[in-house]
Amino acid sequence: MNLEELKKLKEKAQRQVSLREGNKKYRIVFSMGTSGIAAGAREVMTAMLDEIDKRGIDDVEVAVTGEIGLVDAEPMIRIEQASGEKVTYAKVNADGARKIVTEHLEKGKVVTGLAVGKVKE
Amino acid sequence: MKRTHILVCTGTGCTSSGSFQTRDALVAELKKQKLTDEIDVVETGCMGRCDLGPVALVHPEGTFYKNVLAADVPKLVEEHFLKGRPYEKLLPADPTTQHVIQTQADFTFFNRQLRIVRDNCGVIDPEKIEEYIARDGYLALGKVLGEMKPEQVIEEIKASGLRGRGGAGFPTGRKWELMRQAPLNPKYVVCNADEGDPGAFMNRSVLEGDPHSVIEGMAIGAYAMGANRGFIYIRAEYGLAVKRLHIAIEQAYQYGVIGKNLFGSGFDFDLEVRIGAGAFVCGEETALMRSVEGRRGQPQPRPPFPAQRGLWGKPTNINNVETWATIRPLILKGAKWFSSIGTEKTKGTKVFCLAGKINNTGVAELPFGTTLREMIFEVGGGVPNGKKFKAVQTGGPSGGVIPEQFLDTPVEYETLQKLGSIMGSGGMVVVDEDSCMVDFARFFMEFCCDESCGKCPPCRVGTRQMLNILNRICAGTGELDDIQKLEDLAAMVKDTSLCGLGQTAPNPVLTTLKYFRHEYEAHIVGKTCPARVCRDLLHFEIDDPLCKGCSLCARACPVQTITRVGTQKKFQIHEEKCIHCGACFEVCRFDAVQKTSPGRRAAELELAGGTH
Repeated sequence: MNLEELKKLKEKAQRQVSLREGNKKYRIVFSMGTSGIAAGAREVMTAMLDEIDKRGIDDVEVAVTGEIGLVDAEPMIRIEQASGEKVTYAKVNADGARKIVTEHLEKGKVVTGLAVGKVKE
Repeated sequence: MKRTHILVCTGTGCTSSGSFQTRDALVAELKKQKLTDEIDVVETGCMGRCDLGPVALVHPEGTFYKNVLAADVPKLVEEHFLKGRPYEKLLPADPTTQHVIQTQADFTFFNRQLRIVRDNCGVIDPEKIEEYIARDGYLALGKVLGEMKPEQVIEEIKASGLRGRGGAGFPTGRKWELMRQAPLNPKYVVCNADEGDPGAFMNRSVLEGDPHSVIEGMAIGAYAMGANRGFIYIRAEYGLAVKRLHIAIEQAYQYGVIGKNLFGSGFDFDLEVRIGAGAFVCGEETALMRSVEGRRGQPQPRPPFPAQRGLWGKPTNINNVETWATIRPLILKGAKWFSSIGTEKTKGTKVFCLAGKINNTGVAELPFGTTLREMIFEVGGGVPNGKKFKAVQTGGPSGGVIPEQFLDTPVEYETLQKLGSIMGSGGMVVVDEDSCMVDFARFFMEFCCDESCGKCPPCRVGTRQMLNILNRICAGTGELDDIQKLEDLAAMVKDTSLCGLGQTAPNPVLTTLKYFRHEYEAHIVGKTCPARVCRDLLHFEIDDPLCKGCSLCARACPVQTITRVGTQKKFQIHEEKCIHCGACFEVCRFDAVQKTSPGRRAAELELAGGTH
């Protein structure tokens, strides 16, 4: 083992524990009420987690919440940025979720076709 | 990617309240709900709130759950992990405001702390070296071996002002320098993990929660002092810590962070665990070394000091677990940063164990200079059940009690010493108004008397004689000159014992005599125990109007001395057979059983010469 190898190991291992350290750039909130789940929110979340993993994105945390209130627009996802910006996506399917990862989380571009509201606080 | 980590505390405190079962139930329930791809269950070391165990922490939200038993798991998984809302039943409440606490960050107990030594405890899985590496593990060792000469390391430690955390507070850098200069070879480094004070478990919590931090500190120390072999001396009772140390050492060898030619520097370091049978005296360094060598643990006169002639007659450095664990953050962040924390004379933080009559029992790391009041009433949440604070015992059986008027004392080695106590390992046992200080002193004297190795007569015989006197006073047969005898014996034992065990054993008696002399006098002269603790001085009676005749007391009485009054419903205690065990007092739901310590009646006192 030399110092370079240790640093490489550290980078790899950091993904395992970074979730416990907080202060992420993005927070993804899934609407996981009954209607969300019925509309397929679970599958959407699985797809999204898989895509985030594949792309090695570190700076996000994922949370679930109850019904947001707009039942016919489920599955809904809200992406909150540390800077205060919030974007809500509606009727997201698995492919949409993957697109949000590649566009919004990676490039910082809002996926306009899916976004229903954008609030800047 | 996992969206959530559930951190389950598997320190000894929580495992004894069932956290392994909780973990198994969580794993099974997550599997049942098909959540295993999203959620990980992580075993961690001690989070610090042992009284709330089993505890669990959910990330990223930071929700802190208490008393999570296996039976609660299905509901918890449904609420928090399926529906995404905290399961309120298992959220803790603030002991003073009774407000429900949602996250760890809102918890005064946690957010008042400054965690340097315990930074990883309760955060990483101690059985996975990868998680330690992720949190800059072994980077300090890499830095030291690659960029620093041994002398530079010692200079850095000296500049930081670090003092040994084992109790005496000797400057660590100076100790390392003496060892480096010792002419003999080979040299050895030792970790003293023989934590033996009643009410102290900070070393255990570090070893169970972050064993690699100790290993890394020792490797750095060995390099600085010119040693190639190390020993961790730990007691067999610390089963989980021993197991995790073995795992950690094995992984460290696998990853090549200990062993041969570390980081290509040519420096070798081998480390092994030596298990002790759990004798208090083996925490004393000369006795410890004999035990490591496989001999009977008995102290030796010093000099020669271990740095001159230690293990197998070779120079040996012995540091406490906490001291070793401090080395890594100190090297990574630098001496300047470290010396900015703490007080003028004592730098850095100390891990304290809060125990006894205190709301927040557990492990807390705080900077030196924190006052006793902040420690007990802010971090510790004060005394439970609205009782009045009486005193705090610092430093275990070698320390002393500190009464209320000194609560604003900033805690460091010198200030505690001035009050007649010591820092010791950092144990804080809080005593409330229901505790008898004579009985309290007796408890610690009994401990020291039991643990005396028997080598030198002052300790072997002196502690026994002191215990006899204390027993007599508690039994109500003490005589007036007993206090003087205690003081004379204490001075003799302190001055003439061979090692620290005897030299400090009289401290609890001396400090209680200093601050609570009136309690001794009440036992001896008035034959009364003001705190109503000492059995032989108690009197139990049933207060007629309050007795509902439920018979609970009569059924609890082990000597069947509680019967109905004649043909009435109510009960009475027959004094002649009563053994003063207090079982009736404990079970009565109507406060009908009165516990008093009446002492000598006025008439008797008059006969005895009119003393109060």
